[in-house]
Amino acid sequence: MSQADLLDQDPVFQLKGSMLAITVLELAHNDLERLDRQLAEKVAQAPNFFQNIPLVLALDKLPEGEGELDLSKLMEVCRQHGLRTLAIRASREDDIKAAETLDIPVLPPSGAREKLVEPVEARKKEVKPAEPQYKPTRIITTPVRGGQQIYAQGGDLVVMAPVSAGAELLADGNIHVYGPLRGRALAGVKGDAKARIFCQQMGAEMLSVAGQYKTAEDLRRDPLWGQSVQVSLSGDVLNITRL
Amino acid sequence: MAKILVVTSGKGGVGKTTTSAAIGTGLALRGHKTVIVDFDVGLRNLDLIMGCERRVVYDFVNVINNEATLTQALIKDKRLENLYVLAASQTRDKDALTKEGVGRVIDELAQNFEYVICDSPAGIETGAHLAMYFADEAIVVTNPEVSSVRDSDRMLGLLASKSRRAEQGQEPIKERLLLTRYNPERVTKGEMLGVEDVEEILAINLLGVIPESQAVLKASNQGVPVILDDQSDAGQAYGDAVDRLLGKDVPHRFLDVQKKGLMQRLFGAR
Repeated sequence: MSQADLLDQDPVFQLKGSMLAITVLELAHNDLERLDRQLAEKVAQAPNFFQNIPLVLALDKLPEGEGELDLSKLMEVCRQHGLRTLAIRASREDDIKAAETLDIPVLPPSGAREKLVEPVEARKKEVKPAEPQYKPTRIITTPVRGGQQIYAQGGDLVVMAPVSAGAELLADGNIHVYGPLRGRALAGVKGDAKARIFCQQMGAEMLSVAGQYKTAEDLRRDPLWGQSVQVSLSGDVLNITRL
Repeated sequence: MAKILVVTSGKGGVGKTTTSAAIGTGLALRGHKTVIVDFDVGLRNLDLIMGCERRVVYDFVNVINNEATLTQALIKDKRLENLYVLAASQTRDKDALTKEGVGRVIDELAQNFEYVICDSPAGIETGAHLAMYFADEAIVVTNPEVSSVRDSDRMLGLLASKSRRAEQGQEPIKERLLLTRYNPERVTKGEMLGVEDVEEILAINLLGVIPESQAVLKASNQGVPVILDDQSDAGQAYGDAVDRLLGKDVPHRFLDVQKKGLMQRLFGAR
């Protein structure tokens, strides 16, 4: 046996089975103009999703009386929107013939149930954020002493009395103190950067909005120490302004 | 029904026991049947300041453990008809006090006395907590310095949240401030917090200001409550405080620097 013959025995290929996720376009009406328009809208929602995606055109769900379908025109519409037709699924004689003319494989009608595919980006858009639930403001009327901690979960905190050094006020929302504030006040503890602190007499040990804080060491140097102030966050900077 | 009064502070050494002895004696002097209870189990001092340390047979813990009756444990004051002392145990610690036991003893005392004065230990642990738990009124003893003010503030927070009245949703404990070891001269020099400063920080009613005085140390060493020394400024100031406690409107004294006379200035005497 010659060298060439030996090489000829060497397998050139392997056949493998594979499961692929493929988008199926199920046509409900024989109306290519409308299809063109609606596909354009779909693609606009998620342009990246529709770049060269493999497609099976399913014509088997097309109602009987829809008339003759122009398969090459349909494939052209799909291609324009980035959908590349690999095969069709059809049961009507005319459609199968058209596919054979265009040399497109014909798949048998599927028994399995297909999942409705929605582009991921489009789905995100449609999920509306839940309506914020109303939580009553927590109101404290007695002095908050050192060692005490008050947390207004999911809302605002209003204190109508002095807050001593060593006391700690926490709120997911805003904090108002109508009296001297000598302890700590932490607004927006769950990260709400729009939360604010309002106080009648700022002598705080610490002020914080959404994790950005200033301690007494800095606060004492502020010309507004002891005054009525509001504290808000812009970017990473904690702003203290006169009320 | 008796009024249960706790003398407390958080910080140690500010004059709780001196105040308990003086206020209790003052109330008895004015004709009210009074008992002073020492809650400082393990570090008992009240009996020394009251001058009855040699007559302690049974103590508070004995009564709680039903080892003695209240009548056996109460020590009658030699000077005053209406005054009794319930001493703390020196050999035990604060864990010997239980809420049920203390409650039972306080209830029994409340049936026989007009005033029950609870002399709290320092700190915020079991002893101090049980001393204030059953109280109707609190005298918060504070020195004019920042650490004492902070501890008093912490104590006020506990009075408002951890007492029987707070837990049962009753009217809160009536809190009053007693400023002790006050030295107006040092306040003027800026070395000490002034009355207004402390009042502003703690935001409670001022019961009285007791000036820093030699008489206090002398009285404790002799076992005579300082209020009985009516020549001394501290004794008079405690007298005023007791009158205010009983609802009288008495002006505050000893808040300003006393002007020295010519002779005093010449000879440098105090």
